[in-house]
Amino acid sequence: MAEERASIERSKEKWQNETLEPALRRAPERQERFETSSGIPVERLYTPADVATDYTGLGFPGIYPFTRGIQPTMYRGRLWTMRQYAGYASAQESNRRYRYLLEQGQTGLSVAFDLPTQLGFDSDHPLAEGEVGKVGVAICSLEDMETLMEGIPLDKVSVSMTINATAPVLLAMYEALARKRGLPLAALSGTIQNDILKEYVARGTYIFPPKPSLRLVTDVFRHASEHLPNWNIISISGYHIREAGANAVQEVAFTLADAIAYVQAAVDAGLPVDSFAPRLSFFFSAHNNLFEEVAKFRAARRLWARIMRERFKAQDPRSWMLRFHTQTAGSTLTAQQPDNNVVRVALQALAAVLGGTQSLHTNSRDEALSLPTEESVQLALRTQQIIAHESGVTDTVDPLAGSYFVEKLTDEIEARAGEYIAKIDSLGGALAAIQVGYVQKEIQDSAYIAQKAVEDKKRIVVGVNAFTVLESQKPQLLRVEPAIREEQMGRLRALRQRRDGPAVSESLARLRQAASGNDNVMSHLVACVEAHATLGEICDVLRQVFGEHKEAVVI
Amino acid sequence: MPDGKKIRVLIAKPGLDGHDRGAKVVARALRDAGMEVIYTGLRQTPEMIAEAALQEDVDVVGLSILSGAHMTLFPRIMKLLKDKGMEGILVFAGGIIPDEDVPALKEMGIRAIYGPGTPTGDIVDFLRQNVQ
Repeated sequence: MAEERASIERSKEKWQNETLEPALRRAPERQERFETSSGIPVERLYTPADVATDYTGLGFPGIYPFTRGIQPTMYRGRLWTMRQYAGYASAQESNRRYRYLLEQGQTGLSVAFDLPTQLGFDSDHPLAEGEVGKVGVAICSLEDMETLMEGIPLDKVSVSMTINATAPVLLAMYEALARKRGLPLAALSGTIQNDILKEYVARGTYIFPPKPSLRLVTDVFRHASEHLPNWNIISISGYHIREAGANAVQEVAFTLADAIAYVQAAVDAGLPVDSFAPRLSFFFSAHNNLFEEVAKFRAARRLWARIMRERFKAQDPRSWMLRFHTQTAGSTLTAQQPDNNVVRVALQALAAVLGGTQSLHTNSRDEALSLPTEESVQLALRTQQIIAHESGVTDTVDPLAGSYFVEKLTDEIEARAGEYIAKIDSLGGALAAIQVGYVQKEIQDSAYIAQKAVEDKKRIVVGVNAFTVLESQKPQLLRVEPAIREEQMGRLRALRQRRDGPAVSESLARLRQAASGNDNVMSHLVACVEAHATLGEICDVLRQVFGEHKEAVVI
Repeated sequence: MPDGKKIRVLIAKPGLDGHDRGAKVVARALRDAGMEVIYTGLRQTPEMIAEAALQEDVDVVGLSILSGAHMTLFPRIMKLLKDKGMEGILVFAGGIIPDEDVPALKEMGIRAIYGPGTPTGDIVDFLRQNVQ
């Protein structure tokens, strides 16, 4: 091995002197220095001398450290789940879109909730004005959940719900719906995002302070480990961290640091690590820099496997596996020349697939302008289907493995993310690092650097700072009618009149007692939604018990 | 602006969305351009924004929203500013705001609307030229 390396080095030197130098004299390179979005230097050429000779770091798919993927056959066995995030207006309207997507060959659902639902306000709350049904669907009660999932077989379709601060309540509604349909809870498969830590640094839909929020997360873990064996109890999200401005290394580092905090919280609450760790899932962004992104996914998998085995002493191999969903990066979409976004999305989706994602959402070309139209969503889904069925990249496992460049980047990202995690450990862990504003500051600095690079044309964005055209044709946009709120308010009024008032009050009183003490709130939440208590009423109780988080503003 | 006085700007996030990347980047760019910038943080009601503009005695209010609630919230903010005697304040906005809403927003006194891809330098220049 060493001899072979030396021989490569000698050949490289000869090549540099005889071939490269004259070429550079004739025509210098475009830039003096090339680097990835994370600032990792990119060399002119990579050779076997740049990568580790020890194959154990790479290993085989389906076994530790999972660099090459979590399944031994990857997409030769089963393709990723094509899961388009959707939801707007009323439960009825969203239900129609879900059925359309399933008819189009989508294989899982992903529910977007409107902001009042995410923040624990009923549609008739004053703060909900103007927001109902806008960025997702409004769900205030078990009835709304029933309408949302009407005609959709919960035992056959896996359902992902992007819900965090109110995740326990929405999960309770889903569970109550399954009970009502007479389905065994073990038949339910899906995911709740339930990742509150990134809300404080990136996404902004927190309600309660971090401590009680972490307790709710742990309550969900415990409840699901006992009752919902096929449910992903959390989707620890780097996506929003990346969207807020983080680079690829920071995305991996801050996500895994949050994950460490969740695992630690659950272990501290007395849960054996292998009782819940196999149900942890992750969510990453697929950004523009193709090779860096592929390397990022591979590095994240290896780093997590090591953390779980070495730090938390997990024994079950499933606890070591980083399973993840990917969404193409919304922040790379441009409002200018929106059709260009189709190409960006295709490249990003390719990165996710080459990186071994378990499920994928491809953005629609018009999302820098508004919610996507049905045609745009169909095109985004077709992009995935073309990669899956026409490109051939799915026919072998981890096809970029062994690329000197990709392996070098994988090693680099793993090492650099590891350094960030060590820094966060030294600050007292993710929660402490968030509370002192460290993570927020890091993300904002990167966002600002990225914006400056575009303005100084150090980074070219096609159609924005180069290759611009005068645009007149505006695409068709989807708009949500303001009447949605009125209708939703009407349904709420009717529900409040119809339901058994004393039963609602009683269920809410029990919830208050559980939340004030150490009881798991989950079974109480199920009782509340079954009594037709509304999301807002439930969250008011929790707000009174836990208080509300106040953001420390950092710019 | 009279010589020596810095332009004071309130960057505000009305509505419930948590997308503050743009608001924070603009806040920082304006600060780097020598302006005094106050950022409100997330989820500000129209009342909170108008009150902050009054208390902070700002020359400019920048509104950032990506939730789609702008046609509900912006008119209210404009009315409250007027009611509190702050017609002279320059108001601009950014976020995800469809072109077809722009005429109505300008009609109610919002001077400029900046969509995705706007260089922060454009906003700096606009404020320097238009703040009295």
